[in-house]
Amino acid sequence: MWRQVCARQSDAADRLAESAAIESANLRRVYTVRTGWRRRTTKEIHAVQGVTFSVERGELFGLLGPNGAGKTTIIKMLNTLLLPTAGSARVLGYDVVKHPVAVRQRIGYVFGGDRGLYDRLSGLDNLRFFAELYGVDPAVQRRRIGTLLDMVGLIGRERERVEGYSRGMRQRLHIARGLLNEPEVLFLDEPSIGVDPVAARDLRAIIKELAAGGTTVLLTTHYMAEADELCDRVAVIVAGRFKALGRPADIKASVVNDQVLEICARSVRDVHLDALRRLPGVRSVGVDNHSDGASVILVRADGTSNFHASAIRTLNDLWIIRVNTRQASLEDAYIALMSPAQGTGIGTQTSPVGPL
Amino acid sequence: MTTRPGRVIRFTLVGLRTHLLYMSRSVTTVLFTIATPVLYSLIAIYLSHAATHPARVIQASVAAGLMGIWSSVLFQSGTAFQRQRRLGVLELIVGAPTPILLALFPITLATAVIGAYAMATTVFCAVVFFGASITPFLSPLFLAAVLVCIVTLGFVGVLMACSFIMLRNAYALVNTLEHPIWMLSGMMVPLSALPGWLHPLSWLLPSMWGTQAVRDSVVGGPVAVPITIALGTGATYLALAVFTVKRVERRALALATLTLA
Repeated sequence: MWRQVCARQSDAADRLAESAAIESANLRRVYTVRTGWRRRTTKEIHAVQGVTFSVERGELFGLLGPNGAGKTTIIKMLNTLLLPTAGSARVLGYDVVKHPVAVRQRIGYVFGGDRGLYDRLSGLDNLRFFAELYGVDPAVQRRRIGTLLDMVGLIGRERERVEGYSRGMRQRLHIARGLLNEPEVLFLDEPSIGVDPVAARDLRAIIKELAAGGTTVLLTTHYMAEADELCDRVAVIVAGRFKALGRPADIKASVVNDQVLEICARSVRDVHLDALRRLPGVRSVGVDNHSDGASVILVRADGTSNFHASAIRTLNDLWIIRVNTRQASLEDAYIALMSPAQGTGIGTQTSPVGPL
Repeated sequence: MTTRPGRVIRFTLVGLRTHLLYMSRSVTTVLFTIATPVLYSLIAIYLSHAATHPARVIQASVAAGLMGIWSSVLFQSGTAFQRQRRLGVLELIVGAPTPILLALFPITLATAVIGAYAMATTVFCAVVFFGASITPFLSPLFLAAVLVCIVTLGFVGVLMACSFIMLRNAYALVNTLEHPIWMLSGMMVPLSALPGWLHPLSWLLPSMWGTQAVRDSVVGGPVAVPITIALGTGATYLALAVFTVKRVERRALALATLTLA
């Protein structure tokens, strides 16, 4: 039933041929930070440094990157909450600086975390207020709110105060709020942050259905598996610049010839990691220490090298619990991109970047 | 969002209900709003030996109620942006197609209505504990004058909220505005007790005209003139808010202050 919520309005169809859902050209944003009291100093932070990309209508586009990379800044410039320092951006053909109201009428914005709701009010009261705020026709409000509550699984809980909701319930209410005005473009800024795996799976299902219904979605996330599962294309952003842009499969292809060896062992020390790094063909070594004393060492190496035996030999003084080999994932590609020595090899942005 | 009158009225009413409900569910806010004016009215009644003069009881109660309305508008409206920012809804309000001024008005109106709780409480105390007659408080003129006070102070609240959008420490500023407005509006002491050079300042405040209207309504004085002037000055403040808000909003978007806590 709620697919109807995502049904595009006829005017959107008329504009379909006119423009992409999102277009950005050399978008830049500089924050000015002032410090000190007696001797005030001004520092400029270049959060976004000339980003050019486009998202087609109906596409689910992912923005990946570490904290502070500029993902949220890009989203806020696109949804008219921040003025770009330079460059331009258009959403559904409307310039975000010149025509902010036209943009606002056609987009939805959902962010992760506990904030963004009136917690002393019920979920229903929140939706009623935001429906008015987003100019939803009173004649359709009641039906649409009911449909959205059904879609996000909050039927029966809508009259309870939001302060009593779990994180997952709040996040689902956020999604419902973001869809009240039937947006053609939905911005999702880390929607699954802090929610449990079951709630995250439900959110992913909702996002998939929205995209299937024709809504253009721009998603930022830290979860590579989520991006891999959901996105038609992803862009990896580091320090305000795109490092890669393309389909997840294309980005993974950059490391597809690599082998990944996962070794679970106890008493791992730096000397072992250094020894692994010195092995021929090894591209990167990472370690994840567990609270029970075990560590998972992740060794990514050139697919042509036969390093398994030498890696195990290097760790022969350790108690090795488990060894596993697997194909490189999007996360491996992401980590590779984050690595300064290896991050420039694939899909490095050329301007402008079109859909692959 | 359309700005047709019907939608504007509907949005104002839905917004008023939303924010009134939200604020009323804060026990601290309601207690503070009610308790302080009651204390002020008790002090005023005893200082002026009003216990033996029913007319003075009414005057003192009404004045304390008006002080409560102003305090509520000042603190709640002055910090409206900060509160919405803390809740994380400020970006959603600014990012909505509804003009920000219209989005703000129900918030500030709700603060004035919450302030009216103070008026209701001080009137209740005057009637129940000091034997004041309920009749003057039930007259349509009194209710109209209080309503005008609420609406015009709501307009003042919009201007304050707009002006304070860039201030993350608005509390510090609103603290300094509470008592001067009480004085200049004639809520705390009669205007005649103030030096003459301050009177023009008082004339610029809709709260002064609202206070005069409320006072006149309970003692049977002329109410139409002060009500009209209160509405006129209130509208001027609203016009100033319209002038201010676009510039302030643009500046907030440029400086990225919408989410700063």
